[in-house]
This record gives sequence, C-alpha cells and structure tokens, in this order.
Amino acid sequence: MKNGKHLTLGIETSCDETAVSVVADGREILSNIISSQISIHTEFGGVVPEIASRRHLENINDVIEAALREADTTLDEIDLVGVTYGPGLVGALLIGVAAAKAISYAADIPLVGVNHMHGHIAANYLEHHELEPPFMALVVSGGHTNIVNVPDYNRCEKLGGTRDDAAGEAFDKVARVIGLGYPGGPKVDKAAKLGNRNAIDFKRVYLGQGNFDFSFSGLKTQALNYLNTEKQAGREINVNDVAASFQEAIVEVLVDKAVDAALKYKQKRIVMAGGVASNSRLRELIEERAGAHGIEVLRPSPILCTDNGAMIASAAYYAYKAGERSGYDLDAVPALEF
Amino acid sequence: MKDFKRETIQLNSEADTRILGLRIAEAAEPGDIIALIGDLGTGKTALTKYIAEGLGVTEEVISPTFTIVKEYRSGRLPLFHFDVYRLGSGEELLDIGAEDYLEDGGVSVIEWADIVADVLPADSLVIRLEYGSGNTRTADIL
Repeated sequence: MKNGKHLTLGIETSCDETAVSVVADGREILSNIISSQISIHTEFGGVVPEIASRRHLENINDVIEAALREADTTLDEIDLVGVTYGPGLVGALLIGVAAAKAISYAADIPLVGVNHMHGHIAANYLEHHELEPPFMALVVSGGHTNIVNVPDYNRCEKLGGTRDDAAGEAFDKVARVIGLGYPGGPKVDKAAKLGNRNAIDFKRVYLGQGNFDFSFSGLKTQALNYLNTEKQAGREINVNDVAASFQEAIVEVLVDKAVDAALKYKQKRIVMAGGVASNSRLRELIEERAGAHGIEVLRPSPILCTDNGAMIASAAYYAYKAGERSGYDLDAVPALEF
Repeated sequence: MKDFKRETIQLNSEADTRILGLRIAEAAEPGDIIALIGDLGTGKTALTKYIAEGLGVTEEVISPTFTIVKEYRSGRLPLFHFDVYRLGSGEELLDIGAEDYLEDGGVSVIEWADIVADVLPADSLVIRLEYGSGNTRTADIL
C-alpha cells in the first residue's frame, strides 16, 4: 500500500517486449516500462530483436527495478504481483513467470497469473477510469483478431476469431509486397490516406450472417494476384490505392462484425484493444457505423495498445479482487485460450 | 522423411493441395520435419492445414507468424507449426527454444524454412511451393 492505494506489479514477457509496470487500484499507472524504450536500439529491418528468451532474461531485473524506481516505491509497498502466463512463446513466458514467482515467494506477496488477451482488454480500464463491464471487445493485433463479449471484469467470452491470418499480419504481409516495409500496419495506414479506397474491389469475407470468425488469407492472395496481373500487363501500380483498398476490405469486415456482435448482445459500448486499434481508418469507420446505432466506441492510447505490464497489472487486480490466487506451481501455457 | 523422392507435383486446385497434405500426414513419423519454402500466398499455411487434418488435429490451424510457433496435440502425433518469417537466421530459431519442439516426438512443419536452413537436419522433407499459371501452384519435393 502507498498513500492508501493498492499497488500491483504487472509483468509481461509473452513475446517481444520485456515490460513491467506498477498500477494503483487497478486503474492508475505509476510506471510503465517497456524494454525497447530503455535498451539500445539497433536496426533489424523487420526482424524482431527482443524475441529471444535470453534477452528477456538479460532485461527482466533491470526492467523490474526501473518500474519500481519510476513509481517511487519498493517491493515492501507492493500488494500483488500479476504476470502473463499465456498465450505466447514458452521460453519468453517462462522468464516472466519465474520472476513473478520469485518475487511473490521472497517478499510474501500474493500472485495472480493473467491471460495476455484479457490484459489487452483491461488496458481500457487504465485509459477510461469510468469504464466498467459489460461491453463488447474487438481485439486486433499482429497475432490476434477476436470479438469478445465481456459481461463482467473476470469473464471474457470469445465469440469469434481468425481462421487463418490475423488482421495485423495481413497488413504486414501486404506492406512488404507493395514495398512499404516494416512495421506494415502504420505504413499502410499512412499510404492509404493518399489513396482511393474504392480503386480495387477486394473481397470482403464475412463467412455468413451471424458468424463472428474472420478469414484474411484469401484477401492476401487476391492482393498478390492483383499485383502480379498488373505487373505482367506492364501497368504501373499505385501503392497508395492498393493500400487504401486493401485496408478498407479488412477494416469494413472488422467493423461490421464488431457492430453486429454489440447489437446481438445488446451492448452499448465497443471497446477496442491491440495494436491495430490505432489504425486511423478503423477508428473512423467503427465510430461512424457504431455511432449510427447509438453505440459508443472506446480505445486505449497507442502505448497501451502494444504489449505492456500495466494492462497485466490491471487484469490481475480485478482477478485478485474476485478472489483469484495463483500458487507457486503457476506454469507458462503457450497455447492458452481466451 | 520416408516415402518421398524428388518430384514435381502440379497443384491445380486446393483439392490437390489437400491430397498432398494428407499424403504427408499419413507418412509422418515422430521427429519428422517438413520444411516449406515459397513466397507469400503460395499456400504454405494451406498445406499445413491439410497435414494437420491428416494427422487428425481437431483445432483450427491458424497462422503462427506472430507467435513463431503453435502446437496442436489433438492428432495422431503432436504437430508443431512454425512460421519463421520474422526471424533472421537459424540461430534465432534455436534462441526461442525450437529444439524443445523439434525433439519432442511430434511432426514439425516450418514455413519460410529457407531462412533457418542452416540448423535444419539433412533428412528434413523440403518442399518448394511456387506460383503456376492462373490460380495454380507447383510443389517441388527436393
């Protein structure tokens, strides 16, 4: 406790980032340290530098110390340790889980294991202090595309997910083919602003009425075929038009399904999460179409859309309040479901 | 892998891709590695889905690009589906603990295997997928 507030230390090492945060009362960020911000940057050209578990191992203690220091606190004042235990890379997850268990044991602090995907949704509690369930969530990132009904703090009901590629992955791959480079999402977003979104008629794949699953692999193939055909015919490719049309095909399906889900479950709010939530066209279109039904749309700021420890701390706090505890047998679960 | 010799297979439709996937699954033994090489959209993930079907995997097989590897344990043998698109070398594959999977008695399918060719065993089944005319593909078993 510090100034009468409950402090949670949140640890996240599921994929590329070593991230640790201190959050007060599940809502207020006192520190939010992400290793890529404090370590020396190197240009890797599309290759992920922080992927190796040994890099998490090298980083973890420094990042924990930095998070405590920036929050102006010590382990003596920490009331709860929350840690991502899945889904993710097993070697990466294990570093965070081991560190969290060690702190929990040595400093006698309760431990709660957190599902990384629940964390992404909880990022919204940090941004919107008045937000409470129930709501519909649209989680879109490089590795995930999910529509999730959230009836209360500790329940996440997955209504649908991708059957092949995630939305962010489709952006990255098409960006590479049209020469925009990595990371693809922000670059497609930027190029699309200069292009015509109706220039090329890319297929919208809905998989049937009332279905909340996604499929973006066929769209990727269609874009590749289009580029090949144009190249063979000797026609110049307008990169901005391809970006705008491709983005529109993805965004429209995401928005329509999220709005349909909100209507079906009578939710008055759609909460966005994950890196693709920062896409400007997605934000614009979902506000337009949800707004037409009187549905409010919320999303976290970009820094909270990426992997971070604060969202894990927030999710851990609400699980803890509901009585959840993890033991020292907490293990990494790489294929953890929603 | 046993039962596979150098040959070029014409894949005129997704049904042909499925036949190849089922054939690989039928021949697969614990520890086998299937290395897939081919550009975006040549059907690497599709072929993997059909290998999974042949092994009796009941879960949906989705692209592991961002998590590098996904495991499926509902089939006749465990299936480890790698996509090393984001990696730069074989050493990075070992860095993420790939040996734990490759030596775990399952079948490993590796997309973009040319990136990590230096650390793959010589007896891996290497398949190169390429665009043919129209919507067709060819599969070269190397």
